[in-house]
Amino acid sequence: MAPQRFQVTLEGHGQANVYEGERVLVALERAQGFGQLKNLPRRLPVGCRRGGCGVCRVRVLAGAYDSGPMSRSCVSAEDEAAGLVLACCIYPRSDLFLRLETPVVVKAKGERALQPV
Amino acid sequence: MAITGIMRPGFIQIRVLDMPAAIEFYTKRIGLHQVTEGPDGRVYLKSADEFDHHSIVLRRADSAGVDAAGFKCVKDSDLDHYEKRVTDYGFAVDHVKAGEQPGLGRRIGFTIPTGHRIELYAESEQSDPKPRTHNPDVWELEPHGMAARRFDHSLLYGPDVQGNLDFFEKALDFRCAERVDMPDGVFAIWMTCGMKAHDIAFVKYPEPNKLHHVAFELENWQSIGHAADILTRYDISIDLGPTRHGITRGQTIYFFDPSGNRCETFAGGYTYYPDIPTRTWDETQVGKGIFYYERQLNDAFLSVVS
Repeated sequence: MAPQRFQVTLEGHGQANVYEGERVLVALERAQGFGQLKNLPRRLPVGCRRGGCGVCRVRVLAGAYDSGPMSRSCVSAEDEAAGLVLACCIYPRSDLFLRLETPVVVKAKGERALQPV
Repeated sequence: MAITGIMRPGFIQIRVLDMPAAIEFYTKRIGLHQVTEGPDGRVYLKSADEFDHHSIVLRRADSAGVDAAGFKCVKDSDLDHYEKRVTDYGFAVDHVKAGEQPGLGRRIGFTIPTGHRIELYAESEQSDPKPRTHNPDVWELEPHGMAARRFDHSLLYGPDVQGNLDFFEKALDFRCAERVDMPDGVFAIWMTCGMKAHDIAFVKYPEPNKLHHVAFELENWQSIGHAADILTRYDISIDLGPTRHGITRGQTIYFFDPSGNRCETFAGGYTYYPDIPTRTWDETQVGKGIFYYERQLNDAFLSVVS
């Protein structure tokens, strides 16, 4: 049976298809590759894709999801309970509405790598 | 014996979020073997081409990153020697009893200016699998996965790289094989205690005690290509490569373990001797220094750490 398909909306930037069992960040990266995400500050913030670096932090505004372990140095238990999570560690159970809340500005040429929010 | 004192990187202890996923990654994909699991749940791994008890220690934790980098000394009395040198330099030294890590003798430990814990030890039991020493084959146990031959080095991020440079040269007898200087001072250093182009490296970063990567040595460029095939086949998160570093000349891939700790497969790199002058890089060529073929840093090099 084909995996169930959901739609993830990234507030202000566009929508992407995301499949059951798929990391939401991976679906967003694919959508970026297809040119489906607009008006990103620079590019989609992508780091380790495995919950360790915190670069892909998003706030889930609506929708249901499962989550895997994410580093507590990036996302506290309170953050996680409030829906502030790493996009690489959540898996959709419904359509999702997300807002980028990356803790760092991903480096563009000639700029500092790390800036406070 | 020409190499005295601190001889080489011996082990690194890293924190993982999911122990079964980490064990599968480091044994089946990197190609290591599990030696044992300690009573506190830490898991000890090695390459079949390494003699010593273990080289990678995994500790289950809520945050990813590095606990400590251990260097092996030639003899036990070196620990007393470096305890005095480090204490005289002005840093506190603590002691870890033999057996705290299975198979290892006593260790001394201290915190360096970038906030990382460094440990020194001299004694290690050997464990299986290991190479034979009489009429040895090129491998005793057939390599698997990426066929890592050894834990090679680590790259760590923290604020006071100048402080590390001074400390490693003056207190630990390391030498600086290469460095990157920015207009506001030293930005990155590649330090060696033996004949590799680097045994540990540091890059300037606002937060202390961060891990950029743990590197495993592979045999050659062909092995790097095979490792890249494995990354795609098993959907392992990739950062960059296969490519080459201008600094050290090593051939490389950067990718991530299941907890977001960056790993590197490293092959080649030049041979260092103590009389070789420090190679220096400036702001204009740093891209080529880090990624020789791309000639520019990628977004993640300076911003993605654990």
